[in-house]
Parts: sequence; structure tokens; C-alpha cells
Amino acid sequence: MAPSFQVHLLTPERPLYEGQGTSVSLRSGEGDIAFLANHAPFIGTVDICVVKIERDGEPTLYAAVHGGFVSVARNEVRVLADVAELANEIDLERAKAALAKAEAAGSHTNDSVLEASLRRAHVRISVSSTLAHSTYVA
Amino acid sequence: MAGGQERILRRRIKSVQATKKITKAMELIAASRIVKAMGRINDARPYFVSMSSVIEQFASSAGLPKSKYLGDPKVGARGLLVVTSDRGLCGSFNSAPLRFVERKLLSAKGAGEQYRILCVGKKGINFFGYRNIDLDLALLGVSERPTYEHARTVAKAVLDLFDSGAVTSVDIVTTRFYSAGSQKMEVIPLLPIDPATLVASGGGDSSLSFEVEPAPEEIIDPLMALFIEEKIFAYLLEASASEYAYKQRAMKSATENAEELVKKYTRIMNRARQDAITTEIMEIVGGAEALRSSDSEALDVD
Repeated sequence: MAPSFQVHLLTPERPLYEGQGTSVSLRSGEGDIAFLANHAPFIGTVDICVVKIERDGEPTLYAAVHGGFVSVARNEVRVLADVAELANEIDLERAKAALAKAEAAGSHTNDSVLEASLRRAHVRISVSSTLAHSTYVA
Repeated sequence: MAGGQERILRRRIKSVQATKKITKAMELIAASRIVKAMGRINDARPYFVSMSSVIEQFASSAGLPKSKYLGDPKVGARGLLVVTSDRGLCGSFNSAPLRFVERKLLSAKGAGEQYRILCVGKKGINFFGYRNIDLDLALLGVSERPTYEHARTVAKAVLDLFDSGAVTSVDIVTTRFYSAGSQKMEVIPLLPIDPATLVASGGGDSSLSFEVEPAPEEIIDPLMALFIEEKIFAYLLEASASEYAYKQRAMKSATENAEELVKKYTRIMNRARQDAITTEIMEIVGGAEALRSSDSEALDVD
């Protein structure tokens, strides 16, 4: 059984998850990174990505995070997300529509705003479908 | 005629009672909204606390790298971010900050200082519009339920103004919410950030050496910008809760005044009715008296 540690997944408007976890993986500014218990102190940026929180004896949590910061200190991982949604809160239809819209508009421009919205849509959809998959298995 | 006055008073009492019902309802609505607004403040707190501690850890371990957002204010034009509400009927919630800013602008004129104004809320926008004062930001629809999106818009305007060099410091004029019974208008410096305030609580642990990715110099500006955004969000939430608290108090005293008025009018009305009855009785008695005496006179003649 992997040792667990305190995980805070916070957004400015409300906390999304506060509890124990055995592993947190996400994409930081420099690449994918996973935190286990007793990770060295770390501060970094968080990209638009899927944050995966594995828990002891409980289903793994997936959240779509759209940028922010992560800090690790004294066996506590804090993800400060600008915007984040847990898998069950995502409106899949809306994300798909956003993806289609971004793709249609993005075929001839390469605008960073558009790219960001494309990635947000991708992340939302992948989080949402992971949830569908995992509940099916469970 | 006395009966006419009574009718007028009766109508007035009815209208005051109707107004009282409205103010009472508004008081109750405001009271329930305070609770909701306080809930939002509580929901936002963990993020703010975490963010402060992250910055503190960052500052105490790596030492704060240079950032355009850190340091002492330089001489130059100053920015004021004024937080007001969209709706009135909330006592001095809007008038206090607006009067403060107006006084500040008046004294600045004499001293040759320059101010740029950013404003949230319809009341403030109208106030400055009426006085032909240009606004660098005019944002509506915030006070009822501030979202993080609002905070982001406001923060962007503040940071853009600061980045462009148009202002060298920005203060926020807002109403802080301490409890349901205590709110206060305050002027708080937003930018530049005094590095001392970031590590003030001393909770940082210099024994931890942080791995920072990307480099501290790269991370500091976005981190500070986010800090400002988050601070503005917290102030907007507090202002919203304060607005409801002010509104509740204003509506409570309006309800009490209405009760007072109804009492007063009822008394006047009763007296008017009494007078009317007395006059009528007097007339009847007088009339009867007159009849009788004329009857007896007639008898005498007979």
C-alpha cells in the first residue's frame, strides 16, 4: 500500500478536493510530472492538462485543470488551478461543441487563444470519457 | 371638510403599509443573500490561504527574484480602483467610497497629482460619468454575484495600466466585510506589492529548498499577477457581502420608519375622525336645540 499524503485541489471560487492521495500526476510547464509521498519541495506552473489523483482504496479522481500553479512541501501537494472541473461536472456535449468550433476556426489560423481553447476542450473530453470508462469498469 | 382629511390619511396609511411590505421583503432577501455571499467568501478562502503560503514558501526559500510588481511605489500617476454596487438602497455603501475618491481628486488638483480611476459598479460609473471623469475601466454586473471571471477582467485592466507605465501604483477603495455586523470602507494598496507583506506571517520555512520549475525569475511575474487577481477576487466577494449587509440595515430602518409613520398617521386620523364626530354631534345638538327653541317660540305665538 503506497503511503498517502494531503492533496489540495483548489480553484479561486471553491475547493474541488481536499483529502488524501497516494499519487498526483499532472503536466507542469516543463513536462509531465508525478508526485508521490515525501516528494522534494517543488513549485511549478501547471499547464492545461488532466490532473490525476490516485487514492488509497478509493476510485482515482480526474480533473480538467486549465492552468495554474502547483506546490509541494512537507508532504502536502497543493494544486492552485485558475479553472478546474472534476470529471462528473463536465458537460461533455458542450466540450465537444467547443472542440468542433475551435477546430473549424483553427484550420487556417494559429492563434494562441484558439490553441488554448482547443486544448481545454481536449482535456475536458478526455477527463469526461475517462470517468465514463472507469465507472463502466467499476 | 373633516371627513375628507380622514380619507386622505387612510389612503396614505395604506400606501405606507404597502411600502413597508416591500422594504420588509427586501430586508429579508438581503439577509438571505448575506449568508450566501459569506458562503462564497468561505469557499474562496482555502485557495487564498494556499496561495499565500506558496508565495511565502517561495519567498523564504529562494528569496524573491526581481519583479516589476514588487517594490516601493515610485513617483507618478496613481490608480484608484473603486468598488461600488449596481443598485442603490444600500445606505452609505456607495456614497462613502465615492465621496472619498471625489475628495482625493479635488486635493490632487491642487497638489498637481494625477489619478486614473477604474470603477466597478453602476453607481460609481454614473457618479464619474456625471462629473465627466474618464474611467480606465467601467465594469457592470459584478456586485450581485462576483465571479472569478470578473476578478480576472478587473485584474487585467489594473495590470495593463500598471505595465504600460500609465500609473506607478494602484490602490483599491472598497468595503471590507469583517462580520455580518461590521463592514468598513478601506483604502488598500494593491500595486506595487510590498515584499514584506508577503512573508509577514513568518510561516515560511527557510530550511526547505524548493525546486522551482521553470526558473524563479520566470515564475515570479505570473505568480504575482495571479496573486493580484486573487486579491481582487477576495475584495469583490467581500464588497458584495457588505453591500447586502448595508442593504439589510437600510431596509430595516426603512421598515421601522414605515411603522413609525403608520402609527403617527393613525393617531392623526383618529383625532380627525373624533373631531368630525364631535363637530357632527355639536351640529345635531345645536340643530335640535334650535328646533326646540323655535318650536316653543311657535307655541308661544299660538
